[in-house]
Amino acid sequence: MTRSDVTIIGAGPAGLAAAIEAARAGAKVVLVDENARPGGQLFKQIHKFFGSREHFAGTRGIDLARKLCQEAQELGVQLVLDTAAFAIYDGRIVAGTTPKGTVQIESERIILATGAMENTFSFKGWTKPGVMGAGAAQTMINLHRVLPGSRILMVGSGNVGLIVTYQLLQAGADVVAVIEALPKIGGYAVHAAKVRRAGVPILTSHTVLEAKGEPEVSSAVICQLDDFKPVAGTEREVEVDTVCLAVGLTPLAELAWMAGCQCEYLPALGGFVPVHDERMETTVKGIFVAGDVTGVEEASTAIEEGRLAGIAAAASLGLLSPDEAEERMTAAWERLAALRMGPFGEGRQAAKEQLMKVGKAG
Amino acid sequence: MSVAVDGFPSREELRRSPGYPSEERLDRGACAVIECVQEIPCNPCETVCPYGAIKVGQPITNLPRLDAELCKGCGLCLAVCPGQAIFLVDKAFAPGEALVGFPYEYVPLPAAGERVPATNRAGEVVAEGRVIRVVNSSRNDRTPVVFLAVPLEVADEVRSMERRGQKPRPGQGE
Ligand code: SF4
Ligand code: SF4
Repeated sequence: MTRSDVTIIGAGPAGLAAAIEAARAGAKVVLVDENARPGGQLFKQIHKFFGSREHFAGTRGIDLARKLCQEAQELGVQLVLDTAAFAIYDGRIVAGTTPKGTVQIESERIILATGAMENTFSFKGWTKPGVMGAGAAQTMINLHRVLPGSRILMVGSGNVGLIVTYQLLQAGADVVAVIEALPKIGGYAVHAAKVRRAGVPILTSHTVLEAKGEPEVSSAVICQLDDFKPVAGTEREVEVDTVCLAVGLTPLAELAWMAGCQCEYLPALGGFVPVHDERMETTVKGIFVAGDVTGVEEASTAIEEGRLAGIAAAASLGLLSPDEAEERMTAAWERLAALRMGPFGEGRQAAKEQLMKVGKAG
Repeated sequence: MSVAVDGFPSREELRRSPGYPSEERLDRGACAVIECVQEIPCNPCETVCPYGAIKVGQPITNLPRLDAELCKGCGLCLAVCPGQAIFLVDKAFAPGEALVGFPYEYVPLPAAGERVPATNRAGEVVAEGRVIRVVNSSRNDRTPVVFLAVPLEVADEVRSMERRGQKPRPGQGE
């Protein structure tokens, strides 16, 4: 059995940041990920990030991923890759499955940074080849350099839908339209403006009714919505070979559930999320959370939460003085607060506060 | 017409925003035009400007405010803006012609001297543009900026050019 001070599950932005902070404080850190390399979704985020200088604004996700991976390596973080964590026993043993069998890692503290999973929704023909998650399409173009199709319909105008649309254009595909069930565009206007000026229409109050084609998608039927109900007579068929679904994400909180962490249902955060306190500790002592698993946000917020969890875990092991930990955590909270301001962030900010209030009451 | 439905700001939304320079300033020569009208947490435009012409301040969700008198038209802010929301407009470029600069992250890139279809905020071709230069320095970090000479009357409309060279469908050959 491998032993460590801190075991982190998930090597995306939150997990890497947690690993860096904990290792910097002197903890022996094991970072577990089911993929063959660390970085999570960061490597496919080829666009420049928002925020300020402390949040790496203007840096592309892919470059940030390289930087974080290198830092973790230099600090001696032990990577356990190709390993899917499937259970936590006694709040201190992480069990994982690898191509060669199962592994167990015993540690004093556990940080869950498992991220989130793409949502989908069902409509006629939605199981046909050619219907896929927008994140899957992004993985294909930016990691594997394969174009999933040449004429694409994007369903959902949140930031994921808009960013992936832009990147599909960059990869050489045509995006026929972005459709949105709500009467207004969900994501940042600057992302919308980028794809509009590339000639992609964004159709608000629209949905997809059917994906047609045998066996794979060759067209899609879309229609207008009035108060979320299809308007008869507005159906039209668009010739596409791919339908991408960008309809939100759900936190991957299963391990927290199994470990007995109290979870709360908060729609603004994407569903059931583990309750935590200001130190990112769950209701199970010694188990911390960070990133999308505790509320779907962005890579930059995930990094800050990861830092918080890493600092708190190290401090709880006595590796940081209370003052030092306090100072670093206050700085991270300030950076987080800045990212959760404005019309797009304040809903998440309120939901996060609610989540932590529950944590205190419990 | 509004940014939340159309996906790009209307004339009124732009005029109301603190990042839009005055007509009089644009007539005098190259100036940044900031089309960032929604409060998002972001400020690299402020950090990068060597002349202090852009202010975001605290909180960082403030809209970027342009002091057009301080702007030297250097174009550094165009490539650093993650929203690709900053453009360069020079209405004193040549008689009857304006220069418009915009970020353009597509391949193949155009070359100086080429004539290309210039597009507006909705992606419609509104004029023919002449490529004056393409800036793709290491500082731009893989966000090339294309400068087009366009007829003066479309200087407030042109914000990009038509994408070229779409790839053939996978499996369909060349
Ligand atoms: S063009 Fe140059 S001087 Fe003008 S605002 Fe941008 S960075 Fe500043
Ligand atoms: S860098 Fe661009 S997106 Fe960010 S605040 Fe400035 S203009 Fe807006």
